[in-house]
Amino acid sequence: MIQFTVNGQLRQVDIAPDTPLLWVLRDTLELTGTKYACGQALCGACVVHVDGAPVRACMTPVSAVAGRQVTTIEGAERSRVGRAVQDAWRKLDVVQCGYCQSGQIMSAMALLASNRKPTDADIDNAMAANLCRCATYQRIRAAIHAAAKSLA
Amino acid sequence: MLNTTIENASRRSFMQGAAGLTLGFCLPATAAAPVAGQAASAPPVFAPNAFLRIAPDNTVTVISKHLEMGQGTYTGLATILAEELDADWQTVHIEGAPADAQRYNNLFWGPNQGTGGSTAMANSWDQLRQAGASGRAMLVSAAAKRWRVPAAEITVRDGVVSHAASKRQARFGELAAAAAAEAVPASVTLKEAKDFRLIGRSAPRRDSADKTNGKAVFTQDIHLPGMLVAVVAHPPRFGATVRRFDATAARRVKGVVDVVQIPSGVAVLARDTWSAKKGRDALSVDWDETRAFRLGSDEILARYREMAKSPGLVAHRTGDPEQAFANAANIVKATYDFPYLAHAAMEPMNCVIHLTEQGCEVWNGEQLNTGDQSRLAEVFGLRPEQVKINMLYAGGSFGRRANTHSDYVVETARIVQAIGGKAPVKLVWMREDDMRAGYYRPLFHHALEAALDAGGRLSGWRHRLVGQSILAGSPFESMMVKDGIDAVSVEGAANLPYAIANRLVDLHTPKDIAVPVLWWRSVGSSHTAYATEVFLDVVARAAGKDPVAWRLELLAEHPRHRGVLQLVAEKSGWGTPLPVGSPGSRRGRGVAVHESFQSYVAQVAEVTVAADGTLKVDRVACAVDCGIAINPDNIRSQVEGAVGFALSAALYGEITLREGAVVEGNFDTYPPIRIGEMPRVEVHIVSSAARPTGIGEPGVPPLAPAVANAIGAATGKYPDRLPFRAEDLRA
Repeated sequence: MIQFTVNGQLRQVDIAPDTPLLWVLRDTLELTGTKYACGQALCGACVVHVDGAPVRACMTPVSAVAGRQVTTIEGAERSRVGRAVQDAWRKLDVVQCGYCQSGQIMSAMALLASNRKPTDADIDNAMAANLCRCATYQRIRAAIHAAAKSLA
Repeated sequence: MLNTTIENASRRSFMQGAAGLTLGFCLPATAAAPVAGQAASAPPVFAPNAFLRIAPDNTVTVISKHLEMGQGTYTGLATILAEELDADWQTVHIEGAPADAQRYNNLFWGPNQGTGGSTAMANSWDQLRQAGASGRAMLVSAAAKRWRVPAAEITVRDGVVSHAASKRQARFGELAAAAAAEAVPASVTLKEAKDFRLIGRSAPRRDSADKTNGKAVFTQDIHLPGMLVAVVAHPPRFGATVRRFDATAARRVKGVVDVVQIPSGVAVLARDTWSAKKGRDALSVDWDETRAFRLGSDEILARYREMAKSPGLVAHRTGDPEQAFANAANIVKATYDFPYLAHAAMEPMNCVIHLTEQGCEVWNGEQLNTGDQSRLAEVFGLRPEQVKINMLYAGGSFGRRANTHSDYVVETARIVQAIGGKAPVKLVWMREDDMRAGYYRPLFHHALEAALDAGGRLSGWRHRLVGQSILAGSPFESMMVKDGIDAVSVEGAANLPYAIANRLVDLHTPKDIAVPVLWWRSVGSSHTAYATEVFLDVVARAAGKDPVAWRLELLAEHPRHRGVLQLVAEKSGWGTPLPVGSPGSRRGRGVAVHESFQSYVAQVAEVTVAADGTLKVDRVACAVDCGIAINPDNIRSQVEGAVGFALSAALYGEITLREGAVVEGNFDTYPPIRIGEMPRVEVHIVSSAARPTGIGEPGVPPLAPAVANAIGAATGKYPDRLPFRAEDLRA
């Protein structure tokens, strides 16, 4: 039995400890906002926060989060930064297909939590791990600047 | 559990007929019947009931017959209907339509429902305006009766019906039940463009909220009670089959429930995705490769180059090309090579099927609704109407989910059959399965020659193409392959708009290449625009002409091409000097213009090429004419995205076959661009009163040639193969 907190709720799962956190979230806990797209930590569609830091859930064994705080896209609106990022994403209509956007938002939140006034270069660095096949990158950059402004 | 239910609209209208307004519930059946095989230009017969529902709580539900895969279709279609209805945008909800060839066919595709060819807005424009206007008229009529006032004195705005003189008002919901009893008007008056309040105003996307909080439901997210997840071992080469397999190790994986052979491989079924994947990876399969396809990309290309030495089937001929070349003062030649490309949507292919005693229910990012419905009916021995398809959001597609062979959908059905229908099945392709299972943009070779006469005029043009047919063997073959010419192999080449008196376009279609091919965002134009637009620049350089001025001269009879070209030239600062780059680097500006799906796009790219050949695309200015701009912000968004998508292919996109096996498997070997590689993109829209056309695809074709022409301007070298390679661009 592995125990950890997801979006403020204590959860227990009876599962092989090497199971990636991604599949525990999606299939066991039915929190499907976190997406599978590459399974190799190449695309960032599965980014969640573990104790506030962004991690790729597809390559993180569930045993590694025992006793820790996991935040997924479903919990993004619990923080001021999360709400600011979501609002900016909506105001600028960043999304297209939307499949990668949970990961984009989680990465953007992690950036803004540590850097309240990111430059374009800071954004390109922090978001380099997140692929978007629709190439919404220009709006992602603009939305992060907009969110930073609203948090200032 | 599933939190999005997409009900069959007809059943719901029957059940809710008394509670709310479902347009045309009272529409005579004859009026609702469509005309089979109806031509695109004929006035469509509408069943406007099929698109609109208004509930007593004021919710306006627009039913979309087209797939939302990122291109903004749901928002665009709802905008058209809501405009004529005068709905409050905040109350508009959008629901995917059930598969139905009668009510929800794509009006450009005869009796077929599906999304593609950037047709959604163009084929729905009249249909949804009329559906909205009918609804509005019935609400007005109901209010007039209730208030005993003339209907002509009633106004409607933002979901509120008003009579100014008596100061009475009602929201749509209050009138819904009464309106349901009104007769559907025989004809309606549509708004004039000057009165539009939503069209042209960039209504916010209705899917933004759910796509930013994790609530949007994709096929990948479906959980049904008792559902099994299937991961499949596919053959390593196209055409190989299972000889035998050993499932001992796979069955030992905890969570694995079953292992079954299907025509396309071996499927491992488990209670969850990870167990199914582990089980699949533990399989030992002995493949029979005696009939497998074993050529590599290099060998295919070598064959195509050989074929290009002899004439192909004529796709276009004007004037006397042979004479023009015989009389030429100067002949310019070039060849261009294009690789296989994978769609690589972020959501790998997947599908959920639940077989019941009544029929089967499907959850899918459904792009060829009635085609998949028919194939599933065949597989299961059902009538098409027993196959209920829930059209979910697709996490990208770029054409991949519009598969005329229904490949992954049928694969799911075969798995369901193999387990005797004992459980609902979710097929999940891992990224590598998705990238290696085929259906690529076909590899193409182009050979071009231009004749310049003694006066430096472009007097002759010969363009030969070699590549597989997408439509051969598909249900569209009879419609779109004529005299051996697949229309989508030569689109953008056969219909070259430039005024060239003597022109020949011919095509070789190799039939012995067993690589599955499919349309890839912008289809034929994904390669023909490059070959024609880059070659035109090469010839312009030989003729000493300015690329923009020369194009404008050659496009005298094509005002919409000229319109976007002039706008992009102005906005990009064409003709002004570019700021110099860092020492050793070379900078250049390049242009391309291309029409696809009746939308016109011109782009000017600015690039920096480092001494070692490293390429950076700094800026792309775009001008677009897609008729009336239903949602200008979505047009900008689509073209921004198209630039990034096309740039990914131009910089990195290549599926390589080695002895028939696909080399690339994931985003490390088939990388899209990342955020730091995204150029600054600006999109300018030509103001137009023409009927709206699509914007999902047309932003793609001009990008690679514009970049190549910028490279040419910077270095004097015009890349003759894609993707670009640093070794081709070194100083």
